[in-house]
Amino acid sequence: MNGIHDMGGMQDMGPIDYERNEPVFHAAWESRVFAMVLATFAWHKWNLDAFRHTREVLPPEDYLRLSYYEQWFSGLRDLLVRRGLVTASEIENGVPTASVGKATPPLTADQISPVVLSTRIHAQRDLPASPRFKLGQQVRARNLNPVGHTRLPRYARGKLGAIHRNYGVFVFPDTNAHFLGEKPQHVYSVRFAARELWGEQAAPQDSVYLDMWDDYLEPA
Amino acid sequence: MTTTRRDFLTTAMSAAGVAATGDLVQEQDSHHELHQVVPSDPALRVKALESLLVEKGLLDRAALDALVDAYENKIGPRNGARVVARVWVDPAYKARLLADANDAMADFGFISRQGDRMVVVENTPTVHNLIVCTLCSCYPWPVLGLPPVWYKSAAYRSRAVIDPRGVLREFGLHLGDDVEVRVWDSTAELRYLVLPERPGGTEGMSEDELAELVTRDSMVGVAKVQPPSKVSS
Repeated sequence: MNGIHDMGGMQDMGPIDYERNEPVFHAAWESRVFAMVLATFAWHKWNLDAFRHTREVLPPEDYLRLSYYEQWFSGLRDLLVRRGLVTASEIENGVPTASVGKATPPLTADQISPVVLSTRIHAQRDLPASPRFKLGQQVRARNLNPVGHTRLPRYARGKLGAIHRNYGVFVFPDTNAHFLGEKPQHVYSVRFAARELWGEQAAPQDSVYLDMWDDYLEPA
Repeated sequence: MTTTRRDFLTTAMSAAGVAATGDLVQEQDSHHELHQVVPSDPALRVKALESLLVEKGLLDRAALDALVDAYENKIGPRNGARVVARVWVDPAYKARLLADANDAMADFGFISRQGDRMVVVENTPTVHNLIVCTLCSCYPWPVLGLPPVWYKSAAYRSRAVIDPRGVLREFGLHLGDDVEVRVWDSTAELRYLVLPERPGGTEGMSEDELAELVTRDSMVGVAKVQPPSKVSS
């Protein structure tokens, strides 16, 4: 969707506010939201693409105003209810519905370690799909404007680039976010000259590399 | 935080309403919530949800504690710094890292060879790399930990792709016309790490000493690694 989250190339968003010696979390509740979001993924009731989309459907004025972990909290509540783990009335009342039995958490403390957490995303698939494009090939990012989730930023649509690298086969976010299947396909690093994206104001030697799925590209 | 508590409540509810479009029951529920008197502080609301999820058996509180501990104390830019320092003392390791980052990083035990794909991009005197995620907040957690607020900000995400040199100047890094800037927009599930240049004046330093010089910002690409004299001053 052409939402406020797709902000690459926007201007006048102000100076970059840099905090020295920034803590990992700025309040204890932020760390709890963070941990709840990670832990609830273990139920496999949704995926990272679906979670990202909960932020994208926030009204633009709220997207800009809410802090990062406020957005996460909103998205978590949304998915818990939509995917049936919690009812809206349970959230409202803060107590479980009496008729529902107690579940067993799939994620326990002993399962958590840095090396396990480094395999958190699970988006690559070991499948023999054939790539549609080859290294060095000229490609054009398709001019797609889907109303749902996509990882094709507006600033690259319709632009010419070249295949820099093939990373292998990955889940396709545009369908996965909406629980419409993984539709695995090749992902490439695609190099776009900065001047192709931004015109003469960009330095001629500069470039932007985007990671793009087969379905985002067409031969040029 | 500039958000008022009332704002947060209202928007969280409207977000639930948007997501439940088409489901009349849920819409009514969230509508009802709007008019309810509930704890207004985010901390209280988060605590209430955590208690509910624990009580339902959906979450293990000790697992939440372990997750927070992992990202506050175990997973952070020191991991990335160790990788960079090893590259600086071991050319064979560098070749492995650039060819297959997961395989090389797994030597340290904080990343899985089968883990989420990491990609290392190398800075040189004529190439400068910069990492951004314009669409959300993708960041190489296993080697840098969780991203700082500025990395997730609208200001950085919007400008890094259209004006990387201006962004770098804001960070105090002035690049000449002889340098090529490559911006990596993390639009898929590849996680990028910048391999910064080894600064002069570090000859003879040990791998551990070198790791102390490597900053988070240098591995995102918004800074260079400073020589030891500048670090101590």
